[in-house]
Amino acid sequence: MTLDDLTKSSGEWLRGTGPESDIVMCSRIRLARNLADFPFSNRANRGEKTEIEAHFRSAIDQAGLELTYIDVNGLGLLDRKFLVERQIISRELSDGEGPRGVAISSLENIAIMVNEEDHLRVQFMLSGFRLPEVWDAVNQLDDRLEEHLAYAFSPQLGYLTACPTNVGTGIRVGVMLHLPGLVQTKQIDKVFRALQKINLAVRGLYGEGSQASGDFYQISNQQTLGKAEPELIKILTDVVPQVLQYERAARQTLLNERRQHLHDQVSRAYGVLKTAQTITSEETMLLLSSVRMGIYLSLIDDLSIATVNELFLQTQPFFLQKLRGTELGAEERNVARASYLRSRLSNGRQAPRN
Amino acid sequence: MKCQKCAKPATFHITDIVEKGKHREYHFCDEHARQHLAPPEEALEAPTMSEIAKNLIVTNAPGSPREPSPADKQACPVCQITFLEFRNSGRLGCPYDYEVFRDELMPLLENIHGETRHSGKVPRRAPRNTQQQTTLIQLRNELKRAVAAEDYEAAARLRDRIRGIEQEQGR
Repeated sequence: MTLDDLTKSSGEWLRGTGPESDIVMCSRIRLARNLADFPFSNRANRGEKTEIEAHFRSAIDQAGLELTYIDVNGLGLLDRKFLVERQIISRELSDGEGPRGVAISSLENIAIMVNEEDHLRVQFMLSGFRLPEVWDAVNQLDDRLEEHLAYAFSPQLGYLTACPTNVGTGIRVGVMLHLPGLVQTKQIDKVFRALQKINLAVRGLYGEGSQASGDFYQISNQQTLGKAEPELIKILTDVVPQVLQYERAARQTLLNERRQHLHDQVSRAYGVLKTAQTITSEETMLLLSSVRMGIYLSLIDDLSIATVNELFLQTQPFFLQKLRGTELGAEERNVARASYLRSRLSNGRQAPRN
Repeated sequence: MKCQKCAKPATFHITDIVEKGKHREYHFCDEHARQHLAPPEEALEAPTMSEIAKNLIVTNAPGSPREPSPADKQACPVCQITFLEFRNSGRLGCPYDYEVFRDELMPLLENIHGETRHSGKVPRRAPRNTQQQTTLIQLRNELKRAVAAEDYEAAARLRDRIRGIEQEQGR
């Protein structure tokens, strides 16, 4: 698998197949792990980072894990940003320096970052609301790696991490939610405040929290020490269904009280995306969000949810440049984006993938 | 000359170019010069975890940031990070820091997590002998210094000791 192959496929988590996938785009869990015999990444020199990388790569071979290792240090800016857009690596890994990389599975469920803030960030994600399944998978993956790696661990403080905010379980349990109903009925802030009160973090699609990120929000735990992993997961599996209920109620309110207005908004959004000749990333995200909601409310019936989910990522600046194989200025990107959207959304037939 | 913003003597004389051919002059004391030269604050974004941590660390660690804490100068014998460096970056330098800065870190962990004792997954294999772990990191550091000082005799000795421990650990 090469980076160019990635432009022709998409991650499993975008397929919209899991439970509650009208609202829950994906469930993901990451574990922060460090090798016992090395300083943390920020104090490790080039040689040490190279050794850490080598230990990890030999561990995935010995464990028989079928993962592709991407050497991020050897990638140009365009490729690195492309991986960030795809949610495979973090901005921190992209902007970092020295030996570092990511190991991914062919369905992109697994992404293990090496030499990020911690030596290893082991991540597993699935489409829909499936946190217990994701935990089983990431837990097993961690066990298999651990057979070949000595992790920094203390009986009192658990897994030792570069930042004390991750110490203990090193776990971040998160769901990515699409909440256009709560945004449009202006209830979103209320929901966020309630979530923050119970110590959950709320972020946008790429960390920011605005409508420009397509009404996507990530909710995750902050506490990592003192509670076992299943307890931390339960906090989310208890609270997320309530958020889903609020979002469904908000969508229903929009349908009941402003059906014509909503249908108009959705149809116009779809129309613009299908016919625009030049379009910005912000406008695209905003319109795709309406279209995504429209599909689930049966206001649009000729478009698959997987296509819309993919388009959120595939209309990002670096994906387009990767697809064209060249750097593009903002104006050129807007034209390329519109053209890509037209080809993917052309009515009644499956558009060619390239 | 006095500072434009207070009564202190002006020690900085700054000329800003407003647009082509136009400029403005400022005369400031140290403090106001620093304020003037500081970049405008960045647009408000949702704080990242490390920012939250930094805030917690800065506000909750013993002693406020302006008032240096007695622990600030304390350094980890293994990775050499000082407590002050940790407070500034929010990141520790090596696993052993949790031992070295234990007294300072415990109240911080209590603040962040509400707990100070791990409950949850334990690695299947017994954690490696802590002494050996820290010795390895320390020896690697000494090796670095020996190489930098071109003391190749010492470097060779250190390399042998590192290999010895690594072999003992079965790698």
